[in-house]
Amino acid sequence: MGFFLETLFGGLMAGMLYALVALGFVLIFKASGVFNFAQGAMVLFAALAMARFSEWLPQWLGFESRFLANVLAIVLAVVVMIGVAWLIERLALRQLVGQEPIALLMATLGITYFIDGAGQLIFGSATYKIDVGMPKDPMILFEDVFQGGLLLSKEDLYAALVSALLVASLSLFFQKTATGRALRAVADDHQAAQSIGIPLSRIWVIVWSIGGIVALVAGIIWGSKLGVQFSISLVALKALPVVILGGLTSVPGAIVGGLIIGSGEKLSEIYLGPFLGGGIENWFAYVLALGFLLVRPQGLFGDKIIDRV
Amino acid sequence: MLYRENGQFKQSYHADLQIFPVLQDRVAIQLLLVLAFVAVPFVASDYAFRAILIPFLILSLAAMGLNILVGYCGQISLGTGAFMAIGAYAAYNLQVRIDGMPLLVALIGGGLCATVFGVLFGIPSLRIRGLYLAVATLAAQFFTDWFTNRVPWVTNNSSSGSVSVRELSLFGMAVETPAQKYLLCLSIVVVFGLLCKNLVRGAIGRQWMAIRDMDVAAAVIGIRPVYAKLSAFAVSSFVVGVAGALWGFVHLGSWEPAAFSIDRSFQLLFMVIIGGLGSISGAFFGAAFIVLLPLLLNYVPHWLGLPLSTATASHLEHMIFGALIVFFLIVEPHGLARLWLTAREKLRLWPFPH
Repeated sequence: MGFFLETLFGGLMAGMLYALVALGFVLIFKASGVFNFAQGAMVLFAALAMARFSEWLPQWLGFESRFLANVLAIVLAVVVMIGVAWLIERLALRQLVGQEPIALLMATLGITYFIDGAGQLIFGSATYKIDVGMPKDPMILFEDVFQGGLLLSKEDLYAALVSALLVASLSLFFQKTATGRALRAVADDHQAAQSIGIPLSRIWVIVWSIGGIVALVAGIIWGSKLGVQFSISLVALKALPVVILGGLTSVPGAIVGGLIIGSGEKLSEIYLGPFLGGGIENWFAYVLALGFLLVRPQGLFGDKIIDRV
Repeated sequence: MLYRENGQFKQSYHADLQIFPVLQDRVAIQLLLVLAFVAVPFVASDYAFRAILIPFLILSLAAMGLNILVGYCGQISLGTGAFMAIGAYAAYNLQVRIDGMPLLVALIGGGLCATVFGVLFGIPSLRIRGLYLAVATLAAQFFTDWFTNRVPWVTNNSSSGSVSVRELSLFGMAVETPAQKYLLCLSIVVVFGLLCKNLVRGAIGRQWMAIRDMDVAAAVIGIRPVYAKLSAFAVSSFVVGVAGALWGFVHLGSWEPAAFSIDRSFQLLFMVIIGGLGSISGAFFGAAFIVLLPLLLNYVPHWLGLPLSTATASHLEHMIFGALIVFFLIVEPHGLARLWLTAREKLRLWPFPH
């Protein structure tokens, strides 16, 4: 039982990270109808920027403080991600207005490759560390309930806490601010929003910037856990089934989907893996999403409207 | 000047409907084929065969298959690598398990297995489309990666997970030297190119294009979406499967599952986009581009005296691919093939612009 719970918690924590990446997908899809394949590349890019800036800034400016370096690096990384968002809007999206979704999807594939290449060219392609002071030591809970207690990593708990905070602040932003309302208006109907004077191009920059910032948070958490390297960008491939499962337009869906897929793949690896030869973690999420697509194409919480043939 | 069709009158439907209605095109293609079949085997070096010509031919074939699905039928697929893998492993198993299996039959058998697999994963396309379908094909990709890695039966219980092919022979003749392998690939590509071109020109090709352009309208005018989509998946994965089998048998000789990873899928999709969505010649342009660009990136800086490290070159390659894809999607969604077509139109009218 204790082992089961440990696996479950481990899966939920991993799922939280998938959910963070998936959140980027959902936000951008909601407000611009673009399925942003580049989210994984943006996570890599943001994490690389953060890792390298926190290393470079103390050298450039000549200070020692770790804390200051991290804060400055995060600020700089946010600025860089906003710049990236602006460039993407300028150079790609603006030119592709009104194209079919497939063309847009393929364009984001191109953007993925470009950002991957550019990120590693600028920031280097080795493995880098991010140290934002997340506690590394595990903790043991419920020692008297289970034999040996439950081994949980504090890092995972902090990560989950940060993600929850991020989601909460994003929902506040969407619900309470004028910009948030404008974003939701654009999400509902591009043309109507434009005709009441909401500037589409600015909205896109904002949305992609938020996508970039979410990517940065995911990158920092992921990077401080496992180091920043190319494999981070593959997380996006895990986040795809998460969005499908949760529904393309639903923020809670991304979270719930992430948790389901994270825990599901860890549990299935442990309990089904031995029968199937192991390594099923890689496709479990996809097969789950595929099965789900056939039964309920809009996902758990997605909008009912879906084009079906 | 030379490229002008004055005086070439078509006096029958047959003449009007041929693939290359302009005499100069016909001559040029025949010359090209003669060159490729007769001159190249004598001229090209072994390195050129191994590193450029054979990969180019096989990838063109795969891109042609993918183009049928994505370019003609509008069903996006990110799982091409998986279909290639199925073709390769099926052909391998046919060859290993059945004694005296002719090479051609093994290749075709690989293609047929890929067809079954393709139709199976094409079934979701009847209910979903666009990015949802992309996820379904990604599922095919990851499942196949796992399947070929973890199921020992597929690799004939090889301990390292890699498989290698016995010596190839065709109708009793050994296919050993790079030139012979090249000729084998070339013949297959020419045959398949002709078949595909005729398929997309015919009734079924028009059905695919109707489905791509507007599936609801296509259904209204009496095209059965189920039939059209599944046939596109079937034909496409057959061609891709044969290409996969060739890639494994002829190009690699021995391979491991990583040869057909998701990178290969993306690479093929890029070939189709850069070469030209919805054109058979586009597959060749795209494949040529993707095979040559890395080589250029390696050689040009060397000639200029600016040695690039391998890592930098590969990052640059990524950036160039990415930028080009966005560029082509914006400026010329029909890719290099359309540029070539435009150039030809211009030549036809030259020196008068209209």
